[in-house]
Amino acid sequence: MMNFSYTRATSVGEAIQAVVQDPQARFIAGGTNLVDLMKYNVERPGRLVDITRLPLDRIEETPGGGLKIGALVPNSDLAYDERIERDYPLLSSAILAGASAQLRNAATTGGNLLQRTRCYYFYDVGTPCNKREPGSGCPARTGVNRIHAILGASDACIATHPSDMCVALAALGATVHVEGPDGERTIPFSDFHRLPGSEPEKDNTLSRGEIVTAVELPKPRFGKNHTYLKLRDRLSYAFALVSVAAAIELDGDVIGEARLALGGVAHKPWRDEAAEASLKGKLPSSSAFEEAGDIVLRNAKGHGHNDFKIELARRAIARALGQAAAGTPQVQANKSIN
Amino acid sequence: MSNVHPYVGRATPRVDGPLKVSGLATYAAEFFAEDMLYAAAVPATIAKGRIKRIDLSAAKGAPGVVEILTHENRPEIPEDDAPYLNDMVAVPGSPFRPLRNDKVLYSGQAIALVIADSHENARHAASLVTAEFEVETPTVDVADARSTAYEPPVPRDGIPPPPPPRGDAEATFKGSEIRLKHDYRVAPEHHNPMELQATTVVWEGGGALTIHNKTQGVINPKNYICSVFSLDPEKVRVVSPFVGGAFGMALRPHYDLFLAVLAAIKLERSVRLVLTRGQMWTMGWRPDTLQTVALSADADGKLTSVSHHAIQATSQFEDYQEPIVNWSGLIYDCPNVSLKYELAKLDVSTPSDMRAPGATTGVYALEAAMDELAYELKMDPLELRLKNYAEKDGNDDKPFSSKELRAAYEQGAKRFGWSERSPEPRSMKEGKELVGYGVATGCWEAMMQPHSARAALSADGRLEVACGTADIGTGTYTILAQIGADAFGLPIEEVTAKVGDTSLPMAPVEGGSWAAASAGNAVQLACAALKEELLKAARGLDDSPLANADVAHVTFADGKIALTSDPEKSVSYADALKAAGSERLEAKGDFAPDGEFAEKYASYTHSAVFAEVRVDEELGVVRVERIVSAVAAGKILNLATARSQILGGVVMGVGMALHEESVWDKSLGRIMNANLGEYHVPAHADIHDIDVIFVDEEDKANPMGVKGLGEIGIVGAAAAVANAVFHATGKRIRELPITIDKLL
Amino acid sequence: MADTISASGALDAVSVTLTVNGETRSIDIPPTVTLLDLLRERFHLTGAKKGCDQGQCGACTVMVDGRRVNSCLQLAVMKDGAEITTIEGLGTPDSLHPLQAAFVKHDAFQCGYCTPGQICSAAGMIAEGHATTAAEIRELMSGNLCRCGAYTNIVEAIEEVMGAERAPKLEAAE
Repeated sequence: MMNFSYTRATSVGEAIQAVVQDPQARFIAGGTNLVDLMKYNVERPGRLVDITRLPLDRIEETPGGGLKIGALVPNSDLAYDERIERDYPLLSSAILAGASAQLRNAATTGGNLLQRTRCYYFYDVGTPCNKREPGSGCPARTGVNRIHAILGASDACIATHPSDMCVALAALGATVHVEGPDGERTIPFSDFHRLPGSEPEKDNTLSRGEIVTAVELPKPRFGKNHTYLKLRDRLSYAFALVSVAAAIELDGDVIGEARLALGGVAHKPWRDEAAEASLKGKLPSSSAFEEAGDIVLRNAKGHGHNDFKIELARRAIARALGQAAAGTPQVQANKSIN
Repeated sequence: MSNVHPYVGRATPRVDGPLKVSGLATYAAEFFAEDMLYAAAVPATIAKGRIKRIDLSAAKGAPGVVEILTHENRPEIPEDDAPYLNDMVAVPGSPFRPLRNDKVLYSGQAIALVIADSHENARHAASLVTAEFEVETPTVDVADARSTAYEPPVPRDGIPPPPPPRGDAEATFKGSEIRLKHDYRVAPEHHNPMELQATTVVWEGGGALTIHNKTQGVINPKNYICSVFSLDPEKVRVVSPFVGGAFGMALRPHYDLFLAVLAAIKLERSVRLVLTRGQMWTMGWRPDTLQTVALSADADGKLTSVSHHAIQATSQFEDYQEPIVNWSGLIYDCPNVSLKYELAKLDVSTPSDMRAPGATTGVYALEAAMDELAYELKMDPLELRLKNYAEKDGNDDKPFSSKELRAAYEQGAKRFGWSERSPEPRSMKEGKELVGYGVATGCWEAMMQPHSARAALSADGRLEVACGTADIGTGTYTILAQIGADAFGLPIEEVTAKVGDTSLPMAPVEGGSWAAASAGNAVQLACAALKEELLKAARGLDDSPLANADVAHVTFADGKIALTSDPEKSVSYADALKAAGSERLEAKGDFAPDGEFAEKYASYTHSAVFAEVRVDEELGVVRVERIVSAVAAGKILNLATARSQILGGVVMGVGMALHEESVWDKSLGRIMNANLGEYHVPAHADIHDIDVIFVDEEDKANPMGVKGLGEIGIVGAAAAVANAVFHATGKRIRELPITIDKLL
Repeated sequence: MADTISASGALDAVSVTLTVNGETRSIDIPPTVTLLDLLRERFHLTGAKKGCDQGQCGACTVMVDGRRVNSCLQLAVMKDGAEITTIEGLGTPDSLHPLQAAFVKHDAFQCGYCTPGQICSAAGMIAEGHATTAAEIRELMSGNLCRCGAYTNIVEAIEEVMGAERAPKLEAAE
């Protein structure tokens, strides 16, 4: 870990200024990913701007009937918030599927969005990596790529976004509030993270100096028929090989609306609106679920070790949609998958 | 409260428990010295080649840096191998020595040591060291080195090469109708004890060093350091009272020890070096091994031939060896056996003993093949094992000193409910999950080592038992205290056990499951000698009520020596000490294994492991629902710590079956998942019910009848799980770990 | 704004005040010092263990303002003003906390290295109040690895302290 200087911000404006003025500066909040990356020398900020004292730690109801979650709300507080448990159980479940209780206690809502990939090569400064050092190459493509992307990857990068929470946020159609040197703006969740393309060093669409201030949830929906199904290499405390957030609104017997997003498969939480549309108006059935899976995976591509993730994702989508349709969401403490 | 004799044989709580649960047990990196410096090791980023240039300019100017050592500027170190071979656990070859020259032998090899005034400054400066390399293409996969495999020309001390063939396994196999031959592979594993490898060297002045090193036996780092750095053994003391897990990785001296001592001597300062978790992948490991097992049997299931061939990875510079195939010649009764063991060199660090080295790997393959044979024969896998029960060690043609494996099979099966197993694969289901039952046999050699111990009684009535062994979590402190307490009829609270210090009587490294038998018997002997001394003193009192008593006719209890036939006649320990004219009476015990007995008998521990798994076939998810491990391991000294040893072995076996795998990038030669987030060891959620049974077994290989328990818990555990997965799914996965992708 | 200068890489120390196990302690440290390293190397409170230094093992778990966190990923300077409870603050050998006593009773450890983290984590979990079944305990304790494999004993120790009877139905339904 490199030495760095420290600035404690007392207002959002001050924090933004501190980062704008120092090209080596980075915001820090929970630190659960950034401090780790600094120890690996993957991140080498010259200055950390501590934003934990900013007033961004509340969950407020919005005029539209949704919730605005302050960027500093810890993951665990969010998961166990009464309103979230009651009205957005998919989000609560996804958060509880991730990391450990200790990490969820420290990690923040904004920081969860800004988690960096778990790609082995990204983490190992002894190897090339286009995301870490643009232009240096991507050994993962021909190397060890068990955990890598099957959707939306590029020649430059096949890394995945590791968050569970973000998969639920994508499915729920959240909005990200940001503030920067040029003022405030909102970003639809699907546009927040980006695909690697030729610039894999950019994980998201934030500009320099912009800070996530809140994540807004629309008016509650999908409170009954939903699930977050996470598949991984051990039964807890592991990143997803594939995860599925599924939510359904039934209109009588048929599916009125569906939401479907995947984690562990792409450079961003992978929501597929075409697959969602395919389910609309259909009776919940294996064939409808399988068709949705086929749509999600129509352009899927493996790189060797991760080929199995295509089939795993296909089966996980069908299972998750089945759980959602039946109103029997996966309980994260229950390791038997219903 | 706990003054209930005998302590031995009961579930006595750990005597070091209160210290451990309150955070006061001190491990190697938790000793402090004035003006101590902190070191950080800089790892090579290539696996094979040569350092062309190391750039220290930025690092040297960094704050707090005191020194940076590389192969170019280090103090002189011996060139020849001999000093480095002063390591009880050395293997044939040329031992690795850090900063020797410009050659890089494996990825992560330390190429520089930064020493600074704080941990943070050392870490910062280490991140500024850069190097240029001349890179050669590494070989890191044993399958790629198969064609270069060779039989080890020099056997490793203590590791028997495979016995010569008996009968004609190949011809029998060829002529058999019922036969199978399959390849098995266990992924390379790394020990990953929770404590990081670390050394704190305290510079005591005048060239004296006190070293706190994570080690399984303080004598080993002491001998090594004295020999490598030509130090006066009188001036070097190694003190390591607590060890945060080791599982074999802390048997040999590692580079943290070498580098910390090198720096301390050069700077004449105290130095601490704690390796990073990533660097825990730059030393010993359970080697990648290719195995082929061929079995044939008659229609009744009687084995007619067993062949087992293993090719095991080692480093370019040492021939690490472990007994992988020998088990296949002794676990079952078979007239035709052919065993072959070869090595293949890779550009990796030297593998090392990892919990039940060799047996874990080899018995897995044998037990998987036995399971396959049972299904081939349409025979209950447990029945097949009973059918081929070995009444003697076929390798050495010796009877067993004791073997209650049959009782282990019976009691384990009963507790598990094996009879409820439906024979056909895929025939048991609950909810969406397939249910599978699996069984496997475990086996480990019951070894002993020469061992000394000391017992001392003081005027305050306390007993101290001490020897230089280690307690790596095994419960050594507790069993030694139990033995002492029983010998003198004392409450265990009045007994102090001491280990982990080179000032204590000589002990070998703690490993191979020999510590309980060796240290236990040594302490027992020391206590017996002390009793004689004490009685002698008591007899010497004026008008001693014990004037003519001998040790066979007195009882040591309640703080006094009393005539067993007439307890009124007694002398208190305090009076006896007074008579001896001493505040503290001390005696030594030297235990040596009975060589004559070992000539006549083969001594092994055995286990029968039963596992139930649940498999979500569609999603490839395996859960281990429960495991019953029935163990025959002679006298059990402490039911609580013994049970914990088996639990731990079983959990590591579950990891081997389902989770653990160190993954190399074949072109870079680097391990890509060298962290606990991506190298998965079982977590709480992975472990459900584990039931441990100790079957009664009387053994005469040593006076206490102890066989040892550190290894046996893991042997067979992975095979039982893998066999259960087959029973559940009908899929035979012959490469561990059984991850989701393999079951889809 | 609190600020430090790093022109040469040399860092000005920052003053940090923490309440550790009930005792207020102030110290000047560089901002790079993690809470774990502060506790261990500067306060000599070595009960919190360094097992990975990456938030992947849980051995460093302590309570910060009543919440269990991985102290290896916390920069001490950011915790200025916080209340820290470490294993040393839970109880002592002469006066063990109920969890510490239960861990000894159930032999819920072997080497003892993950133990302080397991106990602090269990204390945090109990305070959080989200675990009632054994399955929930296992899930919510999964951030604490134990390589000695004492998991079943750890869960038993925690259950005893929680006074939670195993819920047979839930257990069977897993």
